[in-house]
Amino acid sequence: MSPALDTDSNTAITASHLTKTYGLVKAVDDVSFSVREGEIFGVLGPNGAGKTTTVECLTGLRRPDSGSIKLLGRDPSRDHDALHAVVGVQLQASAVQDRLKVKEILDLYRSFYHHPADVRELVDGLGLGEKRDAQYRALSGGQKQRLSVALALIGRPRIAVLDEMTTGLDPQARRDTWALIERVRERGATIVLVSHFMEEAERLCDRVALIDRGRIIATDSPQGLAEKVAGGKRVRFTPSRPFPDALLTERPEVKSLEHQGRHVEVIGSGELVNVVILTLAREGIEAKDVQMGTANLEDAFVRLTGRLLHDAGEGPTP
Amino acid sequence: MSGPSPRPPRAAFGKLLLNEARMAWRVPFGLLLGLGFPLLLLVIFGSSPKLTRPIPGLGGQSYFQASFPVLVGWTILALSCLVLPQTLVRYREMGVLRRLSVTPVPPTWLLAAQVVLNIGLAAVGMALLLIVGRAAFGLALPKDIPGFWLVILLTITALFAIGLCMASVISNSAAARAIGGLFFYAMLFFAGLWVPREMMSMPLREISDWTPLGASMAGIQNAMTGSFPPLQSLLLLAADAVVFGYLAVHYFRWE
Repeated sequence: MSPALDTDSNTAITASHLTKTYGLVKAVDDVSFSVREGEIFGVLGPNGAGKTTTVECLTGLRRPDSGSIKLLGRDPSRDHDALHAVVGVQLQASAVQDRLKVKEILDLYRSFYHHPADVRELVDGLGLGEKRDAQYRALSGGQKQRLSVALALIGRPRIAVLDEMTTGLDPQARRDTWALIERVRERGATIVLVSHFMEEAERLCDRVALIDRGRIIATDSPQGLAEKVAGGKRVRFTPSRPFPDALLTERPEVKSLEHQGRHVEVIGSGELVNVVILTLAREGIEAKDVQMGTANLEDAFVRLTGRLLHDAGEGPTP
Repeated sequence: MSGPSPRPPRAAFGKLLLNEARMAWRVPFGLLLGLGFPLLLLVIFGSSPKLTRPIPGLGGQSYFQASFPVLVGWTILALSCLVLPQTLVRYREMGVLRRLSVTPVPPTWLLAAQVVLNIGLAAVGMALLLIVGRAAFGLALPKDIPGFWLVILLTITALFAIGLCMASVISNSAAARAIGGLFFYAMLFFAGLWVPREMMSMPLREISDWTPLGASMAGIQNAMTGSFPPLQSLLLLAADAVVFGYLAVHYFRWE
């Protein structure tokens, strides 16, 4: 029992100053975050950024070198059995007995919990209904992945930790899985979603932590991060005649303005398109060929690290 | 915080055991090697007139009668030192134990289920050897019953401790197969499968007495013919159980 944490009953997970070193490599370096109950919290970063180590510390598989973790007031490295009754985990690099059929595996894992979920609903939600009689070893990579999501959720967990849950899934299966996660959230569960897939985080997460080389470099809502870090919205147009930059940069919605040949690109937030068009129109200027874009998490990551998410591992090292 | 009872439902162990048994049936490696093969040898030995004749070198026993303890040893050895470590090493390699360690059920339950299953199979195998040997071929049953069961119990404990120790220190399936196989044949050799212990030359016999299965054979043979198993055999088996049991617990890794 940790009275300090229980005073804030809305906090499901608190991690403070986690550090884990393997040899000379700091896999996780002073990582702190907290997750509110009912929230979907994303941990995003390229491969090798320390996401999986963070998950392993959260779920009690590894003990951090320093720092502390509390899930629902409990220390995962000490309170193993009690914790896993209420925390469902989907791991990478794990498997189940491969000669068992899907329905046998579900029945087995169901028996581990006092108040398990409805297996049929779970299996149908993940599109595994037709595979109930297939042995685990005969499943495709994507089907194994979906089964592992099912096993993470089968105990009706109050917290679900999902590590790269849609890796290897085709787009349809991915969307089905997202819909299932949204239903789990509606039930009131807290979800930690580890991913390097931006679209997934943007659709599901209330907040995300961007992690790179073992450190958290930013934490905010996906929109907040995109706007604050990467500038938010972009509007590109061709003015019918030149105009002084100040005309637009004076507006609070506009963050920056750049000339690109005949085109002008404005970066900002809020009702940016309307602001640009109406402000120019008032001066009798027409904005032609208007193109709009939204900065996203990927842009935020690039802006913060100077590297792309997917190949960040190969980027220049400072 | 309040929450459900921290202990996982007890029925989970039954489910684990049931599913391990299902897989033992689906991939009948253990059934064939641990139960089928010794039974087949028993039938072959028992049906051969040459092997059922009393032999002076074996103290007036027939080769068939003298091979019975070796076949019992084979059954226990195959399930404890081949099937058990190979299964557990594979589970660790595949991440089955890792997966289980993030559920309320500790992975020790799966280990326990595997041990219980294989001891159960060994018991069935021994019962089959006794029943078929007796009913079909007139096998002489052990005369010192308590001595017989004591040696069997110690043999099971010692060999399963060795099997678990293998599962602890061996990190991949290929090594588990190689080391397990080597150990299996070496032990059966010293137990007298090819050359009966009574016919072994002195240094060989001496070595045999100090191997777990050789000690077990000495004990079973005594019990079969009516004397209590030698103390040296009993102590050796007990010591093996303690030492390898300790090493298994000390060195076991979940991933």
